[in-house]
Amino acid sequence: MSRWPRSYLPALLIALLALAPIGVLFALASDSLALFDSHNLRVLTNTLLLLVLTMLGATLIGVPLALLTAYVQLPWPRLWLILLAAPLALPSYIGAFTLYAAFGPGGEIENLLGLPTPTMDGLWGAALVMSLYTYPFVMMTTRASLLSLDASLVNAARTLGMSLIACLWWVVLPRVFTGIAAGALLAALYALSDFGTPAIMQLDTFTRVIFVEYNAFGLGQAAMLSLQLMVIVGLVLFMESRVKGSTERPGRQLTLWPARWQTSLMLLSAMPVVLLAIVLPLTIFFAWLIREGTGGFEWQFAWNSAHASLLAALVAVILAVPVALAAIAGPFGRLLERITYLGFGVPGIVMGTALVYLGLQLPFLYQTLALLVLAYVMRFLPLAVGTVRSTAERLDPSMVKAARLLGASPAEAFRRITLPLTMRGMVAGAALVFLEAMRELPATLMLGPTGFETLATYLWRVYEAGYFGRAAVPGLLLILISAVGLALMLSGERRAEFALTEDHRR
Amino acid sequence: MLKVSNLSVNYGDTPVVKQLNLALDRDEIMMLVGPTGCGKTTILQALAGLIPITEGEINLGSWSATATKMVPPEKRNVGMVFQDFALFPHLTVEQNVCFRLKNTELADHWLKLLGLEGLRRAKPANLSGGQKQRVALARTLAHEPAFVLLDEPLSNLDAALKDSLRWEIRNALKTAGVPAIWVTHDQEEALSVGDRVGILNRGRLEQIADPETCFAEPANRFVARFLGEASFLPGQLQGQDVLTELGNVPGKAMDCASGQVELLLRPDDLSLVAETDKGNAVVDWVRYEGGSKLYCVTLDSGHSLRVRVSHEQHSKPGERVSIAITTNHPLAAFAQQADIAG
Repeated sequence: MSRWPRSYLPALLIALLALAPIGVLFALASDSLALFDSHNLRVLTNTLLLLVLTMLGATLIGVPLALLTAYVQLPWPRLWLILLAAPLALPSYIGAFTLYAAFGPGGEIENLLGLPTPTMDGLWGAALVMSLYTYPFVMMTTRASLLSLDASLVNAARTLGMSLIACLWWVVLPRVFTGIAAGALLAALYALSDFGTPAIMQLDTFTRVIFVEYNAFGLGQAAMLSLQLMVIVGLVLFMESRVKGSTERPGRQLTLWPARWQTSLMLLSAMPVVLLAIVLPLTIFFAWLIREGTGGFEWQFAWNSAHASLLAALVAVILAVPVALAAIAGPFGRLLERITYLGFGVPGIVMGTALVYLGLQLPFLYQTLALLVLAYVMRFLPLAVGTVRSTAERLDPSMVKAARLLGASPAEAFRRITLPLTMRGMVAGAALVFLEAMRELPATLMLGPTGFETLATYLWRVYEAGYFGRAAVPGLLLILISAVGLALMLSGERRAEFALTEDHRR
Repeated sequence: MLKVSNLSVNYGDTPVVKQLNLALDRDEIMMLVGPTGCGKTTILQALAGLIPITEGEINLGSWSATATKMVPPEKRNVGMVFQDFALFPHLTVEQNVCFRLKNTELADHWLKLLGLEGLRRAKPANLSGGQKQRVALARTLAHEPAFVLLDEPLSNLDAALKDSLRWEIRNALKTAGVPAIWVTHDQEEALSVGDRVGILNRGRLEQIADPETCFAEPANRFVARFLGEASFLPGQLQGQDVLTELGNVPGKAMDCASGQVELLLRPDDLSLVAETDKGNAVVDWVRYEGGSKLYCVTLDSGHSLRVRVSHEQHSKPGERVSIAITTNHPLAAFAQQADIAG
């Protein structure tokens, strides 16, 4: 019984690999000169301001939408949920790019409609974009908490004479506080690690400054900044781990039946969010496509993206299997799994910095596709581990025992029972990694071999060069890829819901 | 024939099964019963080869497993029916039952016999609990095991279903003619379906015998209490008789008792008659059970007894009654205050 599970050794090696970037950064930063100066203070202030504004904005948008989608009987509820959750699937740099290009004097809105609009950049521009693309975190976590609440408390309060609005404020919201907090912290994490938005909005946050230092060959300084950023990331992660789930027993959920005009009013007030986050980018890209055609775009870019991402997806799933099995096998395996999750918290720009240095030390890796794939794998491995683990966990251990008792050898039991039952999770995990890698920007910018242009990096070059119109094709392709990713996630959610109702029926 | 000698199983340093000995007859159904944590499921897993054993031997004739010589489960020719059914969710009922069969004749036989003909193409997720258990049984029997292990096969089912499925499983096992070890925590189930009953307590087999013997002549007080309502009345053992305050009754000394003994009285061994002010006891409480009533009375000597009588009896708490011993068979007598916890 006390035998060392077979999955521990490979899982241990993978966990050590996941720790490597942090170690590299320490080694690199130790010979940096300035620990902290006035410039750093400004960067820190900008980063924290963006963080706070994003959390605030995401909560202000996300909580009302959670109430709307959880409790109000809407026509086509599924459609609204998908539409309102969709911004989560889009990379925020797409939004930042199009909003930056659309607003202000000479912006696309003025060009197309003749309406003068204020310039969208700096702290407020970045905060708006971040809020628009992170509120679904708050909406989803809050909605999940709302759905698990028992309606009887609200009904009791209303029979005691409290109005519905007062009930929502005093009886419902305090009980979903942890859900809101969990979502807001996820939004904060996103704001901390995102590179594209502050870079496009020209706000000097850690991620943007790290990239500037890297381009100026200040790798040591970039590493020092990376470590400082990692401290903040660590604090947010720590807070997130403190947020406890709800301990209330789930019950029958509340359902509201407002008048038609009330429902319409509520949906109408959600419209600006959908317009800014989804309709605007699509409109701008299509406008550019019509105006400028596909000039400058080569299909090689899309192929490069797909090629690197496919390799990353394959490697990630192969590595995820031992980690997931180790996590199920015992507490030490769970620790190893936690360590591999570190990569998800490491911002792409930080991972890039660490691996560039690693590449400089190991010349056979420098400027190779392998290094880029390694970065993708380390960042997105947790996605694969998560899906593989959840399907493997749902695999009842008595299944394999039953197969063995019917006379199947361990190999046959694995092939006929374990593999078919976990295959779905492996495919889903690979797809998630693939789609994330397709859209990854900062690490691809830093690690892509010379001349290796992907959809995301091409979009970035176009922005840098100021030929905005050329972004149409890569932009639309990236949106398409995001839509596929969303569909995949939602079908996974539906399956989970389905499994849940199955359990209830038993 | 399955023979288990001196089987012990430890989890870490904790002994879970201690020195178990048993032999299974041809087509015999042996019930293993005991409270939660008594080691009954562990015994099944050890017999199936799913966990390593610490000591002893498991022998089927064609193979023999010891602590040092593991025989993998697939080489043991054992069938197991799991508490949670363990049906393969990605396979249909038919594919489940035919899992490793080259010849599906036997699968057809069991599918038909257990009334699963119409469900061949169904997936396990769409079956009711009772249907799942029938599929699990059909799958096990179709693979022609040398013996079958049933791990609380009815505990995940509704009370109404339990009763009928209990007999369906017994009949199927008897039709197949395979011996079986059936683990349960339900003493009623154990007494009614088993050819023999083994009572386990903290990893040790307290008694193994036919149901009647276990119930009427339990080896000790733990077995007596576990298998049903039990009251104990002090008395003096003289030869074949026990002298008690309720008169002389035939007794049978268990665990070498002599002299001062305590007599095991089941609620059905006693009668209760309403009295106005005579009688020898007072009613404490009464529970209506439908066809019968269970009374708890305190004798004038201070001893408490439980009596089961017809539902037509109408004595209320606080009223006087007279209690008498009505059975003719010898009652089990235990040494006084031998063990309190059993």
